[in-house]
Amino acid sequence: MAIFPSITLSPLMQRRFVQFKKNKRGFYSFWLFIALFTFTLFAEFVANDRPILVKYEDSYYIPVLKDYPETTFGGTFTTATNYRDNYVKELINAKGWMIWPIVRFGPNTVNYDLPTPAPSPPSLENWLGTDDQGRDVFARLLYGYRVSILFGLCLTIFASLIGVSAGAIQGYFGGYVDLYFQRFIEMWSGLPSLFLLIILSSMIEPNFWWLLGIMVLFSWMTLVGVVRAEFFRTRSLDYVRAAEALGVPTFRIMLRHILPNAMVATITYLPFILNGSISTLTSLDFLGFGLPPGSASLGELLTQGKNNIQSVWLGLTGFFSIAFLLSLLIFIGEAVRDAFDPRKVL
Amino acid sequence: MTSLLCVKNLSVQFSSPTQGDFIAVQDLSYDLKKSKTLALVGESGSGKSVSVLALLGLLPKSATVQGKASFEGENLLAMDENSLQKIRGKDIAMVFQEPMTALNPLHTIERQITEPLLLHEGLTPLQARNRTLDLLKLVGFPEGEGRLNAYPHELSGGQRQRVMIAMSLACSPKILIADEPTTALDVTIQAGIIKLLKRLQDELQMGLILISHDLGMVRKFATKDDSHIAVMKNGHCVEYGDIENILKRPEHPYTQHLIAAEPHGEPRPITKTAKTILTCNHLSVSFGRKKSFWHPKAYVVDAVKDASFTLKQGETIGIVGESGSGKSTLAYALLKLLPVPYKGEVAFDGKRIDTLRAKELRALRAQLQIIFQDPFSSLNPRFSASQIVGEGLRIHEPHLNEDQRRERILLALEKVGLGQEFYNRYPHEFSGGQRQRLAIARALILNPHLVVLDEPTSALDRSIQAEVIELLRNLQKEHNLSYLFISHDLKVVRAMSHRIIVMKGGQIVEEGPAQKVFETPQHAYTQILLKAAI
Repeated sequence: MAIFPSITLSPLMQRRFVQFKKNKRGFYSFWLFIALFTFTLFAEFVANDRPILVKYEDSYYIPVLKDYPETTFGGTFTTATNYRDNYVKELINAKGWMIWPIVRFGPNTVNYDLPTPAPSPPSLENWLGTDDQGRDVFARLLYGYRVSILFGLCLTIFASLIGVSAGAIQGYFGGYVDLYFQRFIEMWSGLPSLFLLIILSSMIEPNFWWLLGIMVLFSWMTLVGVVRAEFFRTRSLDYVRAAEALGVPTFRIMLRHILPNAMVATITYLPFILNGSISTLTSLDFLGFGLPPGSASLGELLTQGKNNIQSVWLGLTGFFSIAFLLSLLIFIGEAVRDAFDPRKVL
Repeated sequence: MTSLLCVKNLSVQFSSPTQGDFIAVQDLSYDLKKSKTLALVGESGSGKSVSVLALLGLLPKSATVQGKASFEGENLLAMDENSLQKIRGKDIAMVFQEPMTALNPLHTIERQITEPLLLHEGLTPLQARNRTLDLLKLVGFPEGEGRLNAYPHELSGGQRQRVMIAMSLACSPKILIADEPTTALDVTIQAGIIKLLKRLQDELQMGLILISHDLGMVRKFATKDDSHIAVMKNGHCVEYGDIENILKRPEHPYTQHLIAAEPHGEPRPITKTAKTILTCNHLSVSFGRKKSFWHPKAYVVDAVKDASFTLKQGETIGIVGESGSGKSTLAYALLKLLPVPYKGEVAFDGKRIDTLRAKELRALRAQLQIIFQDPFSSLNPRFSASQIVGEGLRIHEPHLNEDQRRERILLALEKVGLGQEFYNRYPHEFSGGQRQRLAIARALILNPHLVVLDEPTSALDRSIQAEVIELLRNLQKEHNLSYLFISHDLKVVRAMSHRIIVMKGGQIVEEGPAQKVFETPQHAYTQILLKAAI
């Protein structure tokens, strides 16, 4: 089984891959998650308040990627074109055509032509209804998924990188390094990160990167324990001693001989950490300490549901979409755990 | 005399959907009589243990067992789980190889021994306690009276094995199964356990099934008539009969091969003009902890005390001693593989290495190599053979290109008798002996001058031991290597070493030419050691 022409999987990895595929639920969840993630990455082409492609007087325009002033299409303003404006639509349709995304709302587009006062229930135009500010829930959900998954992935990657390195150093060198590092971690994990975020949000407007930075600072400890234990154990094995006797430099021993052992535990943890990261962002958004006001996110959708309890589609959409995403990740996690379980019989 | 246990045509087959069916034991038949011995002998993987576990119904579900095993008129193999449960531990008891893992570390000695008494015999706690004390006396551990509340880790290896035997004797079994009962023990303790087993056999009229790969040990049970031996190979019984007869006049070539595989021969003499390659002066290693705020109690363990010796080019020094005598620590200290610093001077090739810093030492590492005891744990399971052998080249000869490296690796593999087809294989695809060859190739590819061999043959079967020893001797001659050979197996040491160092409690108690030490041992401890081994 070759993923890339030059890399052939070791028999062990092949076995794990087979094992992973064996867990049907996890395997399909994995592909569903990948498909969902890729789909949301192209959210601009699915739900947007501007067309994908415009033909106007023999030239092509791509409004989805670039802003054009209204004057381009014969309008009067030099500001960016509002394609939802009926006047602009007529201008363009007279001398060309437009291809719209399936959903003609962006995450922050307000639908002013609602038949009922916002929040309005699902309709042909707004598939999942609108929220209390007249914005399309489907579009917001799509963008909210994207930001949640991206945030989760970034947080997982950065936190794991720091956690694995810290655990590796502690486990390999042991002694005082380990002693002081452990005490530091104990103190560090006692810091109330939520209060820090509240204080921070009174000073600056926390954006994606600020939030990510703060959360990374306080969530890298998860993996330290397992990686440290694995390094402790492997450190005293004969093949590590043999590598030392060969004169292999310390860093190389850690990277090539010991880390692969620790990676088994790490990879098994990853889907669950990703899960936790996504819930973290959701809960921060729900409390109002997350992404800047107005941004589309799963937590914000839940707040909307809470504030407009009589508009059931808001709460239900929020609940089912989050439950769906988290369940997918749990199923993947289970399959990964199975795949790395040496006692599992094929 | 009627037989106690009569096994007819026992076959065990494992079926696995991915790896196909595997026949572990085929058509094994034997007879065991009261207070006699049945020895099952063979190399690892020959089906000795499986055949016994099958009798007790202790095999996993994937195994199918066929045949007949009559014990007191009943067929063990046809019994259901409940009736077997009553026989296991009561009529047929078992002693395992490794007492440390077979005893529950969380239970006291008293609890471990009384458990079967309370379960099978229905004794009251007080009766059970008295019986426990009797049992401890019986197995030669009378001081156990004061140690009933001790936990397994507080006992020595020999004491643990005695406790294990006491446990299995608790319900006066009719048959005792001993699965390599002495393999994990030091020679002097081995002798005691063998004596104990023989005495118990007579006193309790007990049949003994002895599983072992050590023919020397089986020979000690040969004194009785009607004691049988079954020599097993790949699940087949190749020879069956009276122990003494078979050991003296083996008929099957495999049995002959096994007997011939006992290590023999001597190392080739070294030249008179050989220069000294390693000098070790007053080397001491102690582990311990100073008193500090965190650790209010200080403690010190002297692992090696004031060791001095020299090693010549092309010479082998054998270091013998029991476990815990500091022989491995001494070797690791010489190679600076210990986490603690040591006192004393070590000079390699006329140059002090004890004062070198880690970086300076790294360049010298190519010339000082080590081969470990367990070829399973000393090879990284994630590396292929070529990566394992080639790793040293990448570090010490980085100028080589891919093709040159490949050539060198293949040459090193060839030298230890491994063909080209092994190049891309992973350690788990090698047999035990092949793994040790691979470890030797890893050490030799850098053309070292000194190789430390830390029990290199202890984890291997006898016949493979002999091959590895032959290989090491040939390589020594070819490359004029110096060996520091650590072992508790005196036969192997004798076949390898020019000179012997005997260690006890961290100290060198005797040193001299191999022949002299073996024939006229001076120190009392050396005499005990030699007596126990031969």
